[in-house]
Amino acid sequence: MSIMGTRVVRREDPLFLSRGATYTDDLTDERLTGALHLTLVRSPLAHARITAIDVEEARSAPGVVAVITGAEIDLAPALLFGGANKGMVRSWLPTDKVRFVGEPVVAVLTEEAYQGQDAADLVEIDYDPLPAVIDLKAAASDEVLLFEEVGTNTSNGFGLKDEFDEHLFDDCEVVVTKEIVNQRLAAASLETRAASAVWGEDGRLTLWCSTQAAQSARDEVAGWLGVDAAQVHVITPDVGGGFGAKIGADPEFALVGWLAKHTGRPVRWNETRSENMTGMVQGRAQLQTVTIGGNRDGKVLAYRLDVLADAGAYPRLGAVLPMFTRMMAPGVYDIPKVESRARVLVTTTTSTAAYRGAGRPEATAAIERSMDLFAAEIGMDPAEVRRRNLLRPEQFPLKTKGGAPYDSGEYEKALDAVLDAAGYTGLRAEQQRRRDAGEVVQLGIGVSVFVEITGGGAFSEDASVEVHPDGTVTVLTGTSPHGQGHATAWAMLASEHLGIGIDRITVLHGDTDLIPRGSGTMGSRSLQTGGVAVHQAAGELVELAKQRAADVLEANVDDLEVVDGSVNVRGTGQGVTLAALAEKERLQVDSNFDSGAPTFPFGAHVAVVEVDVESGKAVVDRIVTVDDAGPVLNPLLCEGQRHGGIAQGISQALLEEVVFDADGNPLTATFADYAFPSAAELPSFTLLDMATPTHLNPLGVKGIGEAGTIGATPAVQSAVVDAVAHLGVRHIDMPTSPLRVWEAINAAASEGDK
Amino acid sequence: MIPVGFAYERPDTLDGALALLAEHGEDATVLAGGHSILPVMKLRLAAPELVIDIGRLAELDHVRVDGDELVVGAGTRHRTVESSEVVQAEAPLLAAVARTVGDPQIRHRGTLGGSLAHADPASDLPAAVLALGGTVVLRSPRGERSVPITEFYTGVFSSVKEPDELITEVRVPRTGTAGWAYEKFTRRANDWAIVAVAVVDGRVGLVNMGPTPLRAAATEAALADGAPIADAAALAAEGTEPTADLTATADYRRHLARVLTRRALTTAAGA
Ligand SMILES: Cc1cc2nc3c(=O)[nH]c(=O)nc-3n(C[C@H](O)[C@H](O)[C@H](O)COP(=O)(O)OP(=O)(O)OC[C@H]3O[C@@H](n4cnc5c(N)ncnc54)[C@H](O)[C@@H]3O)c2cc1C
Repeated sequence: MSIMGTRVVRREDPLFLSRGATYTDDLTDERLTGALHLTLVRSPLAHARITAIDVEEARSAPGVVAVITGAEIDLAPALLFGGANKGMVRSWLPTDKVRFVGEPVVAVLTEEAYQGQDAADLVEIDYDPLPAVIDLKAAASDEVLLFEEVGTNTSNGFGLKDEFDEHLFDDCEVVVTKEIVNQRLAAASLETRAASAVWGEDGRLTLWCSTQAAQSARDEVAGWLGVDAAQVHVITPDVGGGFGAKIGADPEFALVGWLAKHTGRPVRWNETRSENMTGMVQGRAQLQTVTIGGNRDGKVLAYRLDVLADAGAYPRLGAVLPMFTRMMAPGVYDIPKVESRARVLVTTTTSTAAYRGAGRPEATAAIERSMDLFAAEIGMDPAEVRRRNLLRPEQFPLKTKGGAPYDSGEYEKALDAVLDAAGYTGLRAEQQRRRDAGEVVQLGIGVSVFVEITGGGAFSEDASVEVHPDGTVTVLTGTSPHGQGHATAWAMLASEHLGIGIDRITVLHGDTDLIPRGSGTMGSRSLQTGGVAVHQAAGELVELAKQRAADVLEANVDDLEVVDGSVNVRGTGQGVTLAALAEKERLQVDSNFDSGAPTFPFGAHVAVVEVDVESGKAVVDRIVTVDDAGPVLNPLLCEGQRHGGIAQGISQALLEEVVFDADGNPLTATFADYAFPSAAELPSFTLLDMATPTHLNPLGVKGIGEAGTIGATPAVQSAVVDAVAHLGVRHIDMPTSPLRVWEAINAAASEGDK
Repeated sequence: MIPVGFAYERPDTLDGALALLAEHGEDATVLAGGHSILPVMKLRLAAPELVIDIGRLAELDHVRVDGDELVVGAGTRHRTVESSEVVQAEAPLLAAVARTVGDPQIRHRGTLGGSLAHADPASDLPAAVLALGGTVVLRSPRGERSVPITEFYTGVFSSVKEPDELITEVRVPRTGTAGWAYEKFTRRANDWAIVAVAVVDGRVGLVNMGPTPLRAAATEAALADGAPIADAAALAAEGTEPTADLTATADYRRHLARVLTRRALTTAAGA
């Protein structure tokens, strides 16, 4: 029986649940014996000139080996993202100016970790405060500049050169426009950031770090340190979640490497949760202006998306994500005219980068909110408006108005499935009943239909499969799991070909000496690139084994089959094990798979929300979803990805937001204030199955990792608005907190009184 | 998240703890469940020279009935208060409020005395003791005194407790079957209250409606005059000074106080 598509339990879990993971800071590697501990003195101000740094007292504190300021660092400030404005560089430790609360200014190295904070408290830094830049429109005005010498706060842009078409909406009977906030979120991974470094006698740097992509972390750190990538050996132990925030390396990793060189000792660094909540990159943070136009029959004719994106103080990956937002702007709809642009701005806040969905949830939120606003304006059911504008199956493959090459999609089928399963008509009737009765707890129903782009960053991935003489198998992969379950999934793929049980198959990743090439795990790319590469490598290994077995067995290759780890002559009982073949000669295959293009998973969500209209509190009662990412390799893993994504989607809609006050102070730097969800805030999820294959890889698979945050977020937001729509509310920005809902109801009431 | 270095003592007796406290005064801090003081120390917002651990003093860990009163030792864990059959029978409000504190891990550590002493206006238990009309019993080498909870709090994180005093026990009237209710409004299940309202026997305690836990005096007076619940509840925010923060504006807190008071009074009335 095939192992494909079965619910194989995660092999990773017994260790995680018993001994616990071994994260970077848990390592007891002997190369780190006697390591110094790094404590960073961070800026308490969002924007200020540094006028003096006095480290003398700190230098004589107990256990202090070195206190380093930027004056001693011989590395050039770095442009952290190639596509950003070239002048927006970050110093390793600034001596002139700080640009966000939490920016590291002084490095303290102590023998013991506990001595670090005492010494850090003795460092005296004088600041001359400058006005903070928090609001994106204020940033765009360039009144206060983060980088005076650059002369603008605009880092980069997309589509800024062309003017918008002033006639875009000329043919429309109805036009609605709205400013929408897609709020800043923190990844809040279980494991905070950490790195440890040691230079060997061979002049090479060994760096252990928490990353989603060992190979690009190596390349970035090497580049920042000005050494050859071959001089750097990156090893990723267990990684406790990343959600996009741990793609590649953080500047702190290179600093740890530099300090290890400077002191001639191994150096370890691990941050506190509060440091993580200001220091680790954050996500989303877009201010969108949407305009949608169409006719009263429900047909949408034109759509415009105008984005201001927040890069934070030093542009990183976040500066490129609006490109995906623009690409996915029209979503699942066949809209004749679409235009968009995005301006990426620096602000005196934590830098932004990818967060589960990375540019696509922002696109989906914008178009789905627009569809709702349009539906409300013409007085049509929002599900029906969507249906009238969906791309039809026979239109695929196609190039969209956003420029995306959609591979396959069955959008109406997905919409029908969720509406049916949710009992949409009955829900609307119940909603009407509660409205008529004026009940305190009102019902809201939100619908979203979405398409996203997965494997959009890098299309190629390596895999190597080897059968050893003892019959065990090693799989090497360039993907970089940090919770996804590749040790289980990739073993299943190899097992399917080799007929060897997954308990005898070891999957290795994240060691750049062992696996020099790889693009890591992000953008829901792993299965459709790295997984397919394993599938392909295992298939090639079977062919190689058959060739060799044909000699051994004196049989025709065409008469051979691989069953249970043996190459057998069909119908004879004659055969030779793969292990025996490996004993004669190394039995190993390196393979590469290149899909050449991304895939476009899609789905539909219905969220049912109850809103207490007296207190404003919304609670998600049900969520019904189709998340179609093609054929499913392991339903357990796939559902896990859907669950996590849906939870984070619900949470963006209802709870989470990184907030800075007007002076740039972070107000959500602890878990008491940053409202991520627990199981108690979430309903059980109703997951429907649908599998539309792609033609872009032999398994027909697309990515599932981010579907939840893309589909659930607008469905839940829409449901909250819908619950109070009869009170005159059309829109509530996320998170739709009790305070916001209550204020929206009040505002609508006083509007109605006028 | 590493506190400033400190000395640590764990006396075996209450008298030993009191003696240490008298000797070191404001340089010392008492550690009970540690769930308020340790985070403060880890953030280096407090840096005591000496930590006196009273968390294991059996003398402070008890629940008993004494005449008309239920007596709970200051060192009694929230978990004990929540699950004690005596508390459930004699002052069911107190047990129910204890159950809403944080999550099970926190309730297995945090103590009633610690919660009252910490004097955080966002805490649940002070409002419950207020609504119950309880008394805080304080002891120092100078002697013992009882302070009605209505006179205990003086401001944010401050009370009439002297630096050399320990709370030894909390006494509340045995309200038995009198109607009660606790309405705690949070965004997430294990959050601190944005606003909460404790009601028992016509008395109303408010959480997070000012610098100290307080009673809704206007509502209580209206109820005493026989006003209907809706009218009395409409007065719940009178005389309060709620603050604004991330989750609420002052106006919103006032609104919530009125809504939650109405709901709590309705539940307490058994309607
Ligand atoms: C994550 C989290 C969530 C929480 N959620 C809630 C919540 O929802 N609602 C809520 O009400 N509380 C909440 N708490 C606080 C919790 O209830 C604490 O346990 C309680 O406030 C303090 O009790 P403690 O025994 O831990 O006191 P400690 O932290 O040990 O001490 C607190 C203060 O009181 C003093 N003190 C302690 N005992 C005495 C005594 N007998 N006499 C004199 N002074 C004393 C100490 O010196 C210290 O200053 C939460 C705490 C955490 C960490």
